[in-house]
Amino acid sequence: MTDIQLWTLVFAVITFSIYIGIAYRSRVSDTAGFYVAGGGIPAYANGAAIAADWMSAASFISLAGIVAFAGNGYAGSVYLMGWTGGYVLLALLLAPYLRKFGKYTIPDFVGDRYNETARLVAVVAAIVVSFVYVAGQMAGVGLVFTRFLNVNTTTGVVIGMAIVFFYAVLGGMKGITWTQVAQYTVLIIAYLIPAVAVSAKVTGVPLPQIGFGRILDELNGLQQDLGFAQYTEAFTQTSRMNMVLITAALMFGTAGLPHVIVRFYTAKSVRAARFSALWALFFISLLYTTAPSVAAFSKLQIINDVSGKSLADMPGWFNTWAQVGLISGPKAADGSLPPVTDLNGDGVINFTGATSQTANELFINNDIIVLASPEIGGLPAPIVGLVAAGALAAALSTASGLLLVISSSVANDVYYKKINPAASEKQQLLVGRIAMGAAIVVAGYLGINPPGFVAQVVALAFGLAAASFFPVLVLGIFWKNCTAKGAMWGMITGLVVTMAYMVWTIDIYGNSDGIWGIPETGFGTVGMIINFVVTIAVSQFTEKPSPIMQELVEEIRYPGRTKLVAAHLKGEELH
Amino acid sequence: MDDNARRDYWRRNLRLMAVLLTIWALVSYGAGIVFVDALNSLTFIGFPLGFWFAQQGSIIVFVVLIAVYVWRMDKLDDEFGVGETESEVHHP
Repeated sequence: MTDIQLWTLVFAVITFSIYIGIAYRSRVSDTAGFYVAGGGIPAYANGAAIAADWMSAASFISLAGIVAFAGNGYAGSVYLMGWTGGYVLLALLLAPYLRKFGKYTIPDFVGDRYNETARLVAVVAAIVVSFVYVAGQMAGVGLVFTRFLNVNTTTGVVIGMAIVFFYAVLGGMKGITWTQVAQYTVLIIAYLIPAVAVSAKVTGVPLPQIGFGRILDELNGLQQDLGFAQYTEAFTQTSRMNMVLITAALMFGTAGLPHVIVRFYTAKSVRAARFSALWALFFISLLYTTAPSVAAFSKLQIINDVSGKSLADMPGWFNTWAQVGLISGPKAADGSLPPVTDLNGDGVINFTGATSQTANELFINNDIIVLASPEIGGLPAPIVGLVAAGALAAALSTASGLLLVISSSVANDVYYKKINPAASEKQQLLVGRIAMGAAIVVAGYLGINPPGFVAQVVALAFGLAAASFFPVLVLGIFWKNCTAKGAMWGMITGLVVTMAYMVWTIDIYGNSDGIWGIPETGFGTVGMIINFVVTIAVSQFTEKPSPIMQELVEEIRYPGRTKLVAAHLKGEELH
Repeated sequence: MDDNARRDYWRRNLRLMAVLLTIWALVSYGAGIVFVDALNSLTFIGFPLGFWFAQQGSIIVFVVLIAVYVWRMDKLDDEFGVGETESEVHHP
C-alpha cells in the first residue's frame, strides 16, 4: 500500500465514522423530523447543510477542470456566476415565502397553491431531476475509490451506498442535515488547504483569490505561445449571447431545483430562512472563488511540467492518471481516447492549441484537476488523502439530499396525498424509509452502470428546472391571480418545449445546430420565458383562485403567525 | 398589521428587491459578460477587470446583496412589529 492510499484510507475511515456517529445521535421518529428536521435547524447550520447539499461531486471534482480546460478560462465563468447567482433569486424571491407557506416539498406548494393535476406534474419533474443528479454523485464516489484506494468501482459505490443508507434511512432530514454540516467542514478544508499552499508557494500570497491575479500574465503568454487563445480573453469559445443564456439557465435553474428549495423548509422561521440563504451562499462562495484560482494555477503548472517534455521525463502524477485513462492522447475519430503517444516523433509530447503549427498530442480530463492538484503542486501524501475524503464528502452529501427529495415525494405526495390519506405517522414514515432504501439501490445501480448520457443530462437538469418550476413558484407568490390552469399549462409547455429542443440538439440524439446556435444548455432560459408567457396568458382566461386562496397568498408575504397559514398547516381544506 | 401597513410593508419590500436585483444583473450579465471587453482594458489587482467580475467580483457582490437584503428586511420587520427572534420556531 502506498503512502497516498494509506492516508486516503485513514481520512475516509475517520470521516465516515463521524458521519455515522452524528446520524445515530439525530435519529427521528416522526414525519416532520424525517422530511424537514422538524423545522428546527439554526440558520448557520442550515446554511452549511445547503452548501454541502448544493456542492456536488461536480463542483468539488470537476468545476476547476472545466474552467481551466473545457472553458479555457473565461468561458468557464458561466458555471461560476450561474451556480452562485441563483442564490440571490432564492433569497429574495422564494425562500422566505415558501418557508412561511410551510409543508414539506415543492409538489406540496404547487398542489396546495394550484391544484392536484399540477401537483402530479411537479412530482414527476422532481423525481426525474433528482435521479439524474444522484447517478452522477454515485459515479463520483466510484471514481475516488478506484483512483485512491485501488478497489473496483462496484465495491466503492457499494460502500458509499451503505453509508448513505445508514444515516439517511435512520435520521431522515435531521440526520442528513447534521451530517451535511460535518461534510461541508471536511470538503471546504480539503479544498482550501492545497489551494492556499500552492498559491503561497508559487506567488508568495497565501490568499488564492489574490495570488491568482499574479500569474495571469504568465499564463496568457504561455497559452499564446502554444497556440491557444489567451486565458482571460472573452468570447473565444462561447458567443456573448450564449454566455448570457447559459448563465441565466443555470441561475434560474438553481432557484428551481427541488433539493435546494426544500432546505428552506428546515429553517426555524421566515427570518431564519433568509439567514440560511445568506450563510449558504457565503459558504459556497468560499469554494467558488477558490475554484477559478485552482484552475489557473493547475493549468500553469501542467503546461510548465508536461508540455514539451519527453514521456520518460513526465512527473509521477502524469503516469498514475494516464494509467486510469484520464490523461490521454487527443480524441480519435471514433470518439475513443488512445494512450499518450509522441505522434509526430519529435521526441516530446506537444500540448498545443488551434493556431499552432504543431499538432496536439495531449488530452486532460476535467475531473483530475482538483484530485491531482496536491500532487501537481508537490504537496505531501496526507493532503492528497484529505482531498480524496473531501471529494467523498461532496458526493455523499449531495446524494443524501437528493435521495430525501425522492423519498418525500413518494411518501408524502404520492402515498399520503394520493393513495392512503388515512395513513398514520408510522405508516408514512415506513413508506418514506422503504422509498429511500429503494432509491439508494437504484442510484447505486446507475452509479455502477452510468448511462452514457449522464454527464450531459446533469447540466440539462438546470434548464429543465428553470423551464418548469421557477415561473410557477414566483408567480404563485407574487401574483394572486395566477390560476391553476395557467400554472399547469405553463409548466407543461415550458418542460415539453425545452426537452424537445434538448433532444433535437444534443450530440447523442439529434445533433442539430438548433435555432440561432443556441446550445441545449442555454435553452432553459428560453423555455422559462415561454413558461412565464403561457402561465400569464392562460391565467387571463381561466377561473381566478378562490378569495380564500388569494388571502392565503397575501398572508405568506408577511412574517409572523397568521390565521390562514396556521389553518393550512393543520391540514384544513382552503380551496 | 392592518391593510394599510401591509400595503406599505409590501411596497417597500418590492422596492428593495428591485434595487438589489438590478445590481445583481449589472455585475453578472453586465460587467461579467456584455461589457467584459471594455472592462478588460482596465486592470484591478493584476486581473483584467471584466475577467475579475466574471470569476470573482460577481460572486462577492452576490453575497453582499443577500447580506444587505437580510439586514434591511430585519429592520423593516421590526418597524412593522413582525420581527422574529433568534430562538423562535414557527409552525413546527
